[in-house]
Amino acid sequence: MGFVSYHERFQMSSSPQDAYWQGFRDGLPFLLVIMPFSLLFGVVATEAGLNVFEALSFSVVVIAGAAQFTAVHLLENDTPTIIVVLSALAVNLRMAMYSASLTPHLGAAPLWKRAFVAYFLVDQSYALSIATFEKRRDWGLAHKVAYFFGTVTPICPMWYVLTIVGALIGNAIPPEFALDFALPITFIAMIAPMLRSLPHLAAAGAAVTAALLFAGLPLNLGLIVAAVIGMMVGAQAEVMMTRRVEGEAQ
Amino acid sequence: MIDQVELWIVIVALGLGSFGLRFVFLGLIGDRALPDWVLRHLRYTAVAVLPALVAPLVVWPAATDGAPDPARMGAAVVALLIGVTTGRVLAAILGGFATLYGLLWLIG
Repeated sequence: MGFVSYHERFQMSSSPQDAYWQGFRDGLPFLLVIMPFSLLFGVVATEAGLNVFEALSFSVVVIAGAAQFTAVHLLENDTPTIIVVLSALAVNLRMAMYSASLTPHLGAAPLWKRAFVAYFLVDQSYALSIATFEKRRDWGLAHKVAYFFGTVTPICPMWYVLTIVGALIGNAIPPEFALDFALPITFIAMIAPMLRSLPHLAAAGAAVTAALLFAGLPLNLGLIVAAVIGMMVGAQAEVMMTRRVEGEAQ
Repeated sequence: MIDQVELWIVIVALGLGSFGLRFVFLGLIGDRALPDWVLRHLRYTAVAVLPALVAPLVVWPAATDGAPDPARMGAAVVALLIGVTTGRVLAAILGGFATLYGLLWLIG
């Protein structure tokens, strides 16, 4: 065996265990986002009349902050059950995109591992994993799976724990704190960093306009109508921009 | 008051549905490629659904019985501006809350 190939082997010899701990370290800073968000969910759920066990069940079974907030908000407004579920699932549609995007990297894992990946697929684990997988071309399946589970190890347990804390202190927070507005602020804070391209801006602008125009629709259907319009505008803007770029290139 | 039966139906249905959305491609589609137009629409899901949900809450807050409120609108604008310019979620949350409490204290 030559010297060069020994070095190549040495470079690739970082074990799946190393990948796991790299994921763990990369996940840690996201606690700063996860913990207040989860705490707020516990508070909002309690304000809506849920007890600690019900709030925790939401966080464990659904494990998707934005969808949980949406569901509780609509439940509070006496929305029909089917509309509550469909609206919250519409908020979670992006998870299907995450799933599609990770499939080329993790699709070869055993079915039970893919099931666990699916359960723990949240904004943070997806964003960290896809960015790292595209950099580490030398990583095989074992490294990628280990990295993914590394990212969720600090994040997901704290998601459950802070929901309990929020639910416990929820009743102790007086109305002067205006926590009714925690949901809009948190959502705006999550969306704003995504508004980095013209199609994304167009999609958000169209969705906001449509949501205000169709706010009077019954059963909160205005949300679904506005979301579909926003997605179509975004997709169409992307097609037009791609055509323009191709036109300029010719 | 939220109905208990309805609450648990929502928790279970939303849990199953969310898992289904997360599992559908990883578990069932495998390595086959998706049609471009599907991916193109899915790319804009988050930036369409969440703003559509928030916009009416900002313009007609429930806490003021739907009357537009300068403190809440100001907080929304600040959170948006910080989020867009810095790209930092936590900074946008803190800035939004600081503005909300500052304006509520100033205006009452």
